[in-house]
Amino acid sequence: MRTSTGARAGQYVALLAYLVFLAFPFLWLISTAFKSPRELGTLHPTWIPRHPTLANFRQAFDEQPLLHAALNSLLAALGAALIAVVIATPMAWVMARRRTLLARAATGWVVVSQAFPFVLVIIPLFLVLKNLRLIDSLAGLVLVYVVWSLPFALWMLVGYVRAVPVELEEAAAVDGAGKLRTLVSVTAPLLAPGIVATALFAFVTAWNEFFFALVLLKTPEKQTLPVVLTHFIGAEGVADLGPLAAAAFLATLPSLVVFALIQRRITGGMLTGAVKS
Amino acid sequence: MTLASATRRPATRTPDAGGRRRPVDHGAWFLVLPALIPILVLSVGPLLYGIALAFTDAQSGRTAPTQWIGALNFQDLLHDTLFWDSFRIGLLWAVGVTVPQFLLDLGLALLLDQDLRLRPLARALAIIPWAMPEVVVGIMWRLVYNPDAGILNETLRDLGLGDGHDWLSGLGTALPAVIVVGVWAGMPQTTVALLAGLQNTPRELHEAAAMDGAGAWRRFLTVTWPALRPIALAITALNFIWNFNSFALVYVLTNGGPGGRTRLPMLFAYEEAFRYGQFGYAAAMGCVMVAVISVLLAVFLVGRIRGGDES
Repeated sequence: MRTSTGARAGQYVALLAYLVFLAFPFLWLISTAFKSPRELGTLHPTWIPRHPTLANFRQAFDEQPLLHAALNSLLAALGAALIAVVIATPMAWVMARRRTLLARAATGWVVVSQAFPFVLVIIPLFLVLKNLRLIDSLAGLVLVYVVWSLPFALWMLVGYVRAVPVELEEAAAVDGAGKLRTLVSVTAPLLAPGIVATALFAFVTAWNEFFFALVLLKTPEKQTLPVVLTHFIGAEGVADLGPLAAAAFLATLPSLVVFALIQRRITGGMLTGAVKS
Repeated sequence: MTLASATRRPATRTPDAGGRRRPVDHGAWFLVLPALIPILVLSVGPLLYGIALAFTDAQSGRTAPTQWIGALNFQDLLHDTLFWDSFRIGLLWAVGVTVPQFLLDLGLALLLDQDLRLRPLARALAIIPWAMPEVVVGIMWRLVYNPDAGILNETLRDLGLGDGHDWLSGLGTALPAVIVVGVWAGMPQTTVALLAGLQNTPRELHEAAAMDGAGAWRRFLTVTWPALRPIALAITALNFIWNFNSFALVYVLTNGGPGGRTRLPMLFAYEEAFRYGQFGYAAAMGCVMVAVISVLLAVFLVGRIRGGDES
């Protein structure tokens, strides 16, 4: 289809406007992270720092236990991602291949949980974890993250399972392989890229999560990165801008790297999802 | 979307569910159990527990046993003007974010569907807000809105549009300012979903319509929109729920200030539960929020679907 030159130009202008809107806050964050405290105190801030400095990064690490918080976040996110895919993969297989009441109920839960009212869940969750003595502990947080990342993990995995031809599994069954055997040695290897993408997505979700971590972790040494980041903002809402920007920038890097890796798979996953709807 | 259809596959393709029905599928139970137990204990259970809590006087750190108090919490809530103020702000926020977000994202998706040069860059950038922690998004926009060191006021000064504002502290500007952040933060999911829908619309139909002399706008109305409609409805409904339940962004940006102008219901319920320890009362708030939102959504969806059938 041909598009007139004028319309094309208009499209480029519009696209450029979108790019500016999407990119400028992030560029400003980076710019602020490299400015000296004195420069941040003067009026007329500039895009390029006049005297670029790493002082903010040093100060950020001095002010808050960032490394320790990053370690906590890493443990919580890794634990959640691994457990989530290990328990979600068999369930996704059942949901994709069976039409039992169970599979239907699970599907219903995935849909309803998209609309989950966090307010309603967080108080009982707090009480349940307290009874299990898992409050204020990373293990408790990991459990919550596992359940919380399950709907999207199941959704993605069901799509990937359905992409594996059922005939392969039937052939394995004819050859006498049991259900678990079929799943482990026929389906899982073909699913591997999808499982990795799902795990990485669950990792980013947990790494970024704030609300549950805020409510469930009270001891400062146990808190995750997003919670520690909010400590840079004082009670009066006043913040030391340089270190705040530096710490926020560092905390984002892992998420951006992982997302860059799985971007195609996620958009692709949503594509297949949409095709089937 | 996918999963709902996953269960409706033709039975002939599933090895032993087809034909004769088996009484109990032990293998399936065995495979589902590892995920089912955490779901029941940490998702379904707490939801029911939460609804039950709304009818009690549960408080944090209390030694006396919790008692059933019937609908007392709900009666109190009915007269709690602070809560209803917060609820109104929540609705303003949810609509204020969801509607512009949809229009902007539809535009972006249509552009990304075209054969433009900057497309790979645009696709990568459009994903960034999705990857970022919400807390960082909030911090980032605080830097943009900062009255002295922020880029927004500096740009306004450069353009000769006055001295700028203290956006997040101004009574009139705080809510619009956080709404802009909400729109920015939620762009990727909607764009990706709409783009997926666009790439699904049959090319041939487009070309046929173009050959019949239909302009771009007519082609959009007659070919693109009907194909996009179901996805557009689903993602708008989901966005509305997600936005209404939003917490971290506004917690970091304004913490509900100034003077409660941006105190979303989630922030209100959070304070009620974890600052004042009123578990029962906060659970009642949760129930009311869920009930009202469900009714609004049902009305919206039924209206839209009916409208679609008539046209």
